[in-house]
Amino acid sequence: MRHESCKVLIIGAGPGGYVCAIRAGQLGLDTIVVEAAAPGGTCLNVGCIPSKALIHAAEAFFAARAHAGDNPLGITASAPRIDLSRTVAWKDGIVARLTEGVAGLLRKARVQMVRGKARILDGKTVEVATPDGPLRIRTEHLVIATGSRPQAIPALPFGGDILSSTEVLSLSAVPQRLAIVGGGYIGLEIGTAMAKLGAEVTVVEAAPRILPQYDADLTRPVLARLKALGATVLTGTSADSFADRCLRVTAPDGPRDIPADKVLVTAGRAPATEGFGLEGLGLEMAGRFIRIDEGCRSSMQGVYAIGDVTGDPMLAHRAMAQGEMLAEILAGHPRSWDKRAIPAVCFTDPEIVTVGLSPDEAKARELAVEVGVFPFSANGRAMTAGDDGGFIRVVARKTSHEVVGIQAVGAGVAELAGEFALAIEMCAVLEDITGTIHAHPTRGEALHEASLRILGHALHI
Amino acid sequence: MAEKNIKVPDVGEGVAQVELVEWHVKPGDMVREDDVIAAVMTDKATVEIPSIFEGTIVSLGGEIGDTIAVGSVLVVIETSGGSGAAAGAAATPEAKPEAPPETPEASPAKPAPAPERTADRTPDRAAPPAGTARPLRAEGEAPLAAPAVRARARAAGIDLRQVAGTGPAGRITAADLDRVFEAGPGSAAAAPSRGRRREGTSTLRVIGLRRKIADRMSLANSRIPHITVVEEVDVTALEDLRAAMNAARGDRPKVTMLPFISAGLCRALADHPGMNAHFDDDAGIVTRYNPVHIGIATMTDSGLVVPVLRHAEALGIRATAAEIARLAEAARSGKASRDELTGSTITITSLGPLGAIATTPIINHPEVAILGVNKMAVRPMWDGHQFVPRKMMNISASFDHRVVDGWDAAAFVQGVKQLLETPALIFMEDEA
Repeated sequence: MRHESCKVLIIGAGPGGYVCAIRAGQLGLDTIVVEAAAPGGTCLNVGCIPSKALIHAAEAFFAARAHAGDNPLGITASAPRIDLSRTVAWKDGIVARLTEGVAGLLRKARVQMVRGKARILDGKTVEVATPDGPLRIRTEHLVIATGSRPQAIPALPFGGDILSSTEVLSLSAVPQRLAIVGGGYIGLEIGTAMAKLGAEVTVVEAAPRILPQYDADLTRPVLARLKALGATVLTGTSADSFADRCLRVTAPDGPRDIPADKVLVTAGRAPATEGFGLEGLGLEMAGRFIRIDEGCRSSMQGVYAIGDVTGDPMLAHRAMAQGEMLAEILAGHPRSWDKRAIPAVCFTDPEIVTVGLSPDEAKARELAVEVGVFPFSANGRAMTAGDDGGFIRVVARKTSHEVVGIQAVGAGVAELAGEFALAIEMCAVLEDITGTIHAHPTRGEALHEASLRILGHALHI
Repeated sequence: MAEKNIKVPDVGEGVAQVELVEWHVKPGDMVREDDVIAAVMTDKATVEIPSIFEGTIVSLGGEIGDTIAVGSVLVVIETSGGSGAAAGAAATPEAKPEAPPETPEASPAKPAPAPERTADRTPDRAAPPAGTARPLRAEGEAPLAAPAVRARARAAGIDLRQVAGTGPAGRITAADLDRVFEAGPGSAAAAPSRGRRREGTSTLRVIGLRRKIADRMSLANSRIPHITVVEEVDVTALEDLRAAMNAARGDRPKVTMLPFISAGLCRALADHPGMNAHFDDDAGIVTRYNPVHIGIATMTDSGLVVPVLRHAEALGIRATAAEIARLAEAARSGKASRDELTGSTITITSLGPLGAIATTPIINHPEVAILGVNKMAVRPMWDGHQFVPRKMMNISASFDHRVVDGWDAAAFVQGVKQLLETPALIFMEDEA
């Protein structure tokens, strides 16, 4: 048995774990990060990054297809074809570049990366099954950053033609008929891309609407686009079984059979808290998640947790911010989780961005707010980009004008997430936004105008 | 609306009464289920009592420092629900329902506390005079400040909830924070304080662990005539031995000086059994103990605690080190059991690098001896030909002069000194 010891031991090199490791290394803490697969976690390997690559390819293909027919831009092109195996190879190249980049950043920060599956022996000791045999590591601080896994549903176990988000991102051909169980953001991002690539897509959602965590104003354009792409959306419908290329569902009007070559199950994600000895620590849990305080401390001294394993929202940038903060806490800096907002982006077509409180959420908290909306149909940049659906919406307190929420739906609005989050984190009031020159012509002007609208003097509507 | 009692729960270990050491609420406060309402202290441990209802605190069952019986009313609470739980249930410290950690996004449905609305309607918030500080935010609301301002405040230990913001919407600006810095520590006022006289006093109630420490110290110091003997010890050989052990430790933790002192003490007590004893002065009986249970004076956040290293005479150096580390951790985290905190027969007190040149330790009553360990330093020592650098450390031992004569005290200290200077003697059976 080989032995090692360190100051900080991180289990999992996903966005939370690797950022925590880099920052800990920068701060001169003797740090080891343990990871069974390639660094980068779900996000880089089988999540955010590969899905964005697939979405980009689907949009390029769809645009080419649009140009092959009669189009207002006057472009003549021949009917395009797509070799999905080459698309996937291109995507794999990007993933490899990024994971190697992360490995390089870890080396630069003098972090030791140990490959293998970790097993927690106690709050200070972890045994790793490395390719060279078992390695026992003693640590002062143990950070659990094991992330989450696709949630299986008992009626549709993963395997064969029943895919999780991981497998659907590595298909060698576009399935002719794809049924998607779960109308959350993962299912709809992939579903929209697959519909653009030519698949016959059916979305099955148990809730009364798709993307149930967003309000109907934000999701309506997404639903409209899915239908325009030929996809079928069944809400209030549960999936029962899959056999002989047929998905049996129960719709409000009774059972129904949906022909499908592949079934993608995106019924949410479950925190990865089992199979590595976590139970032995007897940590206090918050439901399925590890309970943490505002310093990412668990109920056991010297044991910390960051990322998806600590609860919603399960987002890479939340994990990264926690990881960075925790490394500084471990180095003795006075830090605490005091974020005002965590932006969330849904890369459907059109995209959805939400930061802070929606009008409904503000109402539920009994805040007196005013709401300003500016549609992209009155925005020059949106018109010239050939896609003027959607809007930007600002939620501000009535008397103080403090901005408590910004949401948008529209093509390319994901890139506005930074400005939205900055405004809320800086505690902007409406006058801060209207006093800032927004470049013309850009989609961001709609934020300026939506804010002006609450103040009663919008210029372009 | 209904008034309900929350009673002092049974905190275990057969405790019949507890001392109130902290209130987390006052009458009029809104509490939610599981909010901590009070902290109570038993003989050894402090226990936080959560609320089992949601509602408004009507009255408190005692003042800080009061001793109250298990089962008596801790607080009266007015609940809005009415008929739910039976009145007068005892709060249980365990059994917390699971709730995900709150983030701004995650809990849209939670009703905001009532002050929110009133704050938003307050007219002077809407149109404050230009340039003056606005009222502080409603309770429970995060202060409005940009991340850089928040970080600077946190680094300086300033609670932004106490700082008035002059920015739009009451935002705390960098300039607002500058004014707090100018005002100096302990003040969120925006006036310069240099050259100003300070007035007033602050009063601290001596309660809980602090009161117990105070009582025990008075007892020991007023009853026991102390004699203190200070001697210097050349620990160069001991330090060499320790370094050699640590170099070969593999992945085991480093061994400190304390386990060697414990071993030396046990060995010295074999020749001086009268030092390992209790003196019951009321009965006039000295009880000598065959086992050596060493009290290890340990500093915790709330004060001095003395966990007990049991049967030190039977433990090797590494086992002693591990046990001391475990006890210290248990004491600091407040998890030490009653058994681990009672029954010592002699005590060691060591302040490590803060250990000074000499101390006058106070005996842990009813024991008859205490060994104080002072700071180690390299000093020039005359070896008969020249000055040589030696690692020197003083020991300061106090004895109960009623039952220990000066001669015996000095002989015992010399014995400890000899063992620590020639550590091999510690480990030789019947030869020292």
